[in-house]
Amino acid sequence: MLKRACTFALACATMLAVSGNVLAADTIKIGFPIPLTGEIPKVGESTKFAAELFKEEVNAKGGLEVGGKKYPLEFIYENNEAKPETAINVTLKLITRDNVLAIVGPQSSRQAVPVGAVANDNETPMITPWSTNPDATKDRPWVFRAAFLDDFQAPVAADFAGKQFKAKTAAVLFEISNDYSKGLADNFRNAWEQRHGKGTVVAYESHGPKDQDFSAQLTKMIAAKPDFIFLPENYSFVALAVPQARDLGYKGPFMGSDAWGSAELMKLCKDACKGQFFSTHYAAAGAKGATKEFIDKYSKKFGYVPDDVAALTWDAIGIVTQAIQKVGKVDGDLRKMRKEIRDNMASMKEFKGITGDMRFDNQGDPIKCAVIVEINQQGEFTFKESVCPK
Amino acid sequence: MEFFLQQCVNALQWGSFYALIALGYTLVYGVLRLINFAHGDVFMVGAYLAFFVSTSLLAPDGMFGFSREVVLVLTIPLTMILTSMVGVTLERIAYRPLMRKGAHRLYVVITALMCGLILENGNLALLGASRRTLPELLDKTVYHIGGIAVTNLKLWVVFTAVLVFFALYFIVTRTRIGMAMRAVSWDRFALPLMGIPLEQVVVFTFALGSAIAGLGGLLFAMSYPVLEPYMGAMTGWKAFIAAVVGGIGDIRGAFVGGFLLAFVEVMVAAFLPSTFRDLFAFSILLIILWQRPTGIFGKPLTTKI
Repeated sequence: MLKRACTFALACATMLAVSGNVLAADTIKIGFPIPLTGEIPKVGESTKFAAELFKEEVNAKGGLEVGGKKYPLEFIYENNEAKPETAINVTLKLITRDNVLAIVGPQSSRQAVPVGAVANDNETPMITPWSTNPDATKDRPWVFRAAFLDDFQAPVAADFAGKQFKAKTAAVLFEISNDYSKGLADNFRNAWEQRHGKGTVVAYESHGPKDQDFSAQLTKMIAAKPDFIFLPENYSFVALAVPQARDLGYKGPFMGSDAWGSAELMKLCKDACKGQFFSTHYAAAGAKGATKEFIDKYSKKFGYVPDDVAALTWDAIGIVTQAIQKVGKVDGDLRKMRKEIRDNMASMKEFKGITGDMRFDNQGDPIKCAVIVEINQQGEFTFKESVCPK
Repeated sequence: MEFFLQQCVNALQWGSFYALIALGYTLVYGVLRLINFAHGDVFMVGAYLAFFVSTSLLAPDGMFGFSREVVLVLTIPLTMILTSMVGVTLERIAYRPLMRKGAHRLYVVITALMCGLILENGNLALLGASRRTLPELLDKTVYHIGGIAVTNLKLWVVFTAVLVFFALYFIVTRTRIGMAMRAVSWDRFALPLMGIPLEQVVVFTFALGSAIAGLGGLLFAMSYPVLEPYMGAMTGWKAFIAAVVGGIGDIRGAFVGGFLLAFVEVMVAAFLPSTFRDLFAFSILLIILWQRPTGIFGKPLTTKI
């Protein structure tokens, strides 16, 4: 009897699910596997805020216009806990159960690299706004990104540090289990040694994902007397490593990467991070045009200046919705829709984003400029210079 | 040489935290033969309580607007008292009902693991995932002594760990309540017959262990000012390993084990590629346990979990 009741309930649930799919054609669904908790919660928050802002704006006008008809946007946020395995699970759920048209996210390379494989295997277009590790999109026709690559960012950081600090030697501290941090550290070492000769990266040290004390590694690095320390780390580690290095008597400068650019960095790091530089996607202070408009809207609604994650997410959603509009109609055939969205993204001639103009190369990576940001004495991220691909 | 001495200073500071947490593990184990796996998370709660106490007392945002020195002096006892209340509450609602029903020790250990997860995720649900940072309660000064850099905070941390160890050692070996604690560990069933209130002794043990964890949490939050709900898990496990290597159940063991683990970790990172730190550090500890399965100070027992 119980078994029969269960079967009945299951049948009802299936029917509901099926009818749900039919109804779903009225909205445009995009999935967001993002880190709402875990190591980088601020990144998840920024993603969600930027997406909500975009959605509200579009839906206030009645929805996204596709082929003369308006469809409201529906964004589904799933928490990937900043863990690769959770990210894979929630992405599969978004693709197979929620039937999203496209995936925006995950943000960190640590999740984006494995999730890219999932999206590619399931033939669902995915765009990661913030991941900079080449492996996320490499040989995956369905996967795109809105940020520049580590092998572009690392030489930018190396060139700038060489010029700004008049540095000949560098030391690097990175997180061993993070594809982003490790990839950037490797690329930086190659770039630096190409420019200044072998052995000029005088210390190359790593730490684990849960470590809080880096004094052993930092002591080793300081003993090697580098001209500056390169820290391709998430902001929560930056806030630990920089003051610890100062406590150990290090007086030289630090150079960071785009993961520094979180709104939370200065709250945690306070005075220790002032005066340091990092390479990133955009600088909020002194922005103009559409970028300024976005910054104003965002700060008014959420009470703080949007970080690079928010800006890149905004652009990534812009790319996806533009590709959806080009499909020309919304019908029930999910596979066909997804295929056309992918083709439109790949063939996009130019996208005018708030983080700069970009187009995609054949790997799905954007060709765009990087920005060097200086953290000033008020703790604001100010524009220092812009470096474009040659 | 300077390099080695600097690394020793690093290890002393890091070891102090392991020692402070390991003391709590060993205290509860010594008395109840129970591994309180929630202890690392009690430590995390201690750090958060320190954050809330200090921000609510401190000027200009706090309710009372005290100056920093006063806040620091008040935060220490308040954090310890509040954290010990958390520990006692855990004992009261999670462990005691099971013990009373005569559940096997294994179930209590699993309950402790669950309590730890509840504390972590409860914190996450209650406060959100965004990181907290403790306001600076102490002006940091860096001293340079012959090429070795050390801050006043690091000296305070090491000094506190040593002080706590001696205080604890005194309580356990020289006071009446300490004698009762040792008696519980000796024979729990004969104890009530002697007129010693078993449950009060247990509550005292939990309060003491948690208060030390709270103190550790406060110092940790001052030294590593990025607070997050999972910060206690990894440090807690490592401190537990330190307690086992030192000989769990023995206070001297927890103290020595904590510093030993930190020295091994720091020295591996200092003289080998830091990529191998945990691999080498724990292999060395494994070898120590092969030689002395009961730890450095431990005595063989017939039943252990």
